[in-house]
Amino acid sequence: MADPIKVYPPKPSHVYFYATCLVDMFYPDAGMAGIQLLEREGIRVIFPEDQTCCGQPAYTSGYHDEARAVARAQLDLFPEDWPIVVPSGSCGGMMRKHYPGLFRNTDQETKAAGIATRTWELTDFLLNVCHIKLEDLGEPTNVAMHTSCSARREMGIAEVGPRLIGQLNNVNLIEQVRAEECCGFGGTFAVRHPEISGAMVSEKVDTLTDTGAGTFVTTDCGCLMNIAGFAGKNQKPLSGQHILSFLWERTNPGKEDNS
Amino acid sequence: MTQTPHHTDVREFHPRARAAIADPKIRKNFRKAMDGLITKRKDAFEGWDLEALRDLGANIRLRALANLPDLLEQLEKKLSENGVKVHWAIDGDEACRIIRDICVARNAKTVIKGKSMVTEEMELNHYLDDHDIEALESDLGEYIVQLAGETPSHIIMPAIHKNTGEISELMHEKTGTDLSSDVEYLTASARHQLREKFMNADVGVSGVNFAVAETGTLCLVENEGNGRMTTTVPQCHIAVTGIEKVVGKLEDVAPLLALLTRSATGQHITTYFNMISGPRKPEELDGPEEVHLVLVDNGRSSIYQDDELLDTLRCIRCGACMNHCPVYTRVGGHTYGTTYPGPIGKILMPHLIGLDEGRHLPTASSLCGACGEVCPVKIPIPDLLVRLRQESVDGDKLNPAKVRGHGAKRGTLEAMVWKGWSWMHARPGVYRLGTKVASRLRRLQPGNLGGWTRYRTAPKLAARTLHERMKERSQ
Repeated sequence: MADPIKVYPPKPSHVYFYATCLVDMFYPDAGMAGIQLLEREGIRVIFPEDQTCCGQPAYTSGYHDEARAVARAQLDLFPEDWPIVVPSGSCGGMMRKHYPGLFRNTDQETKAAGIATRTWELTDFLLNVCHIKLEDLGEPTNVAMHTSCSARREMGIAEVGPRLIGQLNNVNLIEQVRAEECCGFGGTFAVRHPEISGAMVSEKVDTLTDTGAGTFVTTDCGCLMNIAGFAGKNQKPLSGQHILSFLWERTNPGKEDNS
Repeated sequence: MTQTPHHTDVREFHPRARAAIADPKIRKNFRKAMDGLITKRKDAFEGWDLEALRDLGANIRLRALANLPDLLEQLEKKLSENGVKVHWAIDGDEACRIIRDICVARNAKTVIKGKSMVTEEMELNHYLDDHDIEALESDLGEYIVQLAGETPSHIIMPAIHKNTGEISELMHEKTGTDLSSDVEYLTASARHQLREKFMNADVGVSGVNFAVAETGTLCLVENEGNGRMTTTVPQCHIAVTGIEKVVGKLEDVAPLLALLTRSATGQHITTYFNMISGPRKPEELDGPEEVHLVLVDNGRSSIYQDDELLDTLRCIRCGACMNHCPVYTRVGGHTYGTTYPGPIGKILMPHLIGLDEGRHLPTASSLCGACGEVCPVKIPIPDLLVRLRQESVDGDKLNPAKVRGHGAKRGTLEAMVWKGWSWMHARPGVYRLGTKVASRLRRLQPGNLGGWTRYRTAPKLAARTLHERMKERSQ
């Protein structure tokens, strides 16, 4: 299956916001930040209430019938021809790259293929569709960045995060060694092969800590949970944030509760 | 000579991984070696349109595979015309028998070997040893692992798990070489030891990097000259290859060679590139009087039957996928217990040994995609890993499983968990209620989440889900 051709659409009036289950349950602030960034660009954000999960955990575990049942429940949530934005390279990659194959030779084949071409990772969408201009209102700070492997390789957007952060005048982005190496999350991999995953995240925390930035931002909640979780358990001087929360906090003029 | 051990039980992956991770020497040797190889590869492709070259490489391999049966027949015909005797082997055992028969017919007692992964796959050294024929590895890395009684831990750099000090001690113990940290001295000692064997070996066995159907040419890529010696000094040369290594034309070789050496060791070109098209002709002064090619199937034709899995056969054995694999870097090649370790091993070995034996292999990946990103012929390794995971739990009624040993990893409990997960996430109302209740009860969340919390804190459920916050917002 060839990749769907990536042609950025013109800036739309509406988008569907597909939150992902990790954002929904663990990092709703990141979801709210993403929604508010879109709204600030003058886009109406539709949050389909019946959304649950893209199906990726079962898909990558080999349970494709189970994945298809969950994914099928998402296919009717986006009736209008608006873009679907996802605050995660991983879930975005599932919908963009794997939905067509998952539904091949089924009645939903066309619908799934249509959704694939309309799905965008949110930071990519903000930069390359909204052409967002960020005005930094925060104090000078240093930050490191970890781009998830799916954002980097599946969605091909390794440059997007650094370019967005680059717009923030008071933020100094410090490059980590081996920036392109996986943090060891990998969904069920972290549980199936805990020692290997633990060794990977341990080294990732070291390279991020070695930047001296003290904080890192990431495009995916899985990596955030993994890296920040390891740093927390091992009392490393490193805290993490989803990139959307970071961008919103740096550029939001009011300090009101974003709920 | 110490005999190479049989490949270890692949089912022992977990304990071996734990041991490797706990061993600072293994961790350090691999990290250092892989970091070096990653940098070298990057530098070697500097100034090249790598994507275009990878596309070209992928297309050459795809075209060759699309015409594989015809190309193999053409190769056999051309080689026969050139005076090379071609043999077909359905599996490793048959290939071993063929090689032994050739040795017996020549009354050969010693075999000198160039580097060849397919002979590792069929454990040729064991077989010959059992039949009183001595086989000596002549590639320096292979020679070292053979001295140590080990299997290769990498397909290009078999002894990459050892540092200079360990190699020096090994050579001292086994061959009486002086202890030294001087790499030049150690290499020269090994060279001296091997030269004598070359001169006296009855048969030379080598692998093949590319077999060109159009001309009947066997191409051999190497750096040390042992490939050249193996194929020219003994009076009989037996080349061994998997059936997938054939390409159509000579002009297909140049781009593949450019990709192979840069991807493997970061070299623009290797020291030697041998092109063998037949035995010594009557007017020629040197070269073997007899050349054989053994074409080995060993499960490859079953991979060939499947449109998706077929991509596995594109592999040109450069090892870049292992060099860039964060899992391989942590655990090293021996942890896999398979002939081919790392990402390519995870997608190739299930076909050779069955998913019942190799059922853990496809899961031992974070699906980070680094392997697919660097593969010079664009094998979609992560996609194939997902496919093999599906085969190992037999989890897709739309695409019934085909790989031998499929379904071996399916466990009742795990299958029930996924069914329950699927049931809940396919029902929006149940999902909203479930996640809301979980967030309310988040203080009761267990602190011990098995493998996860051994290394990390448990993730904290938010006080209110995004669903709830968006609902309130819209009211």
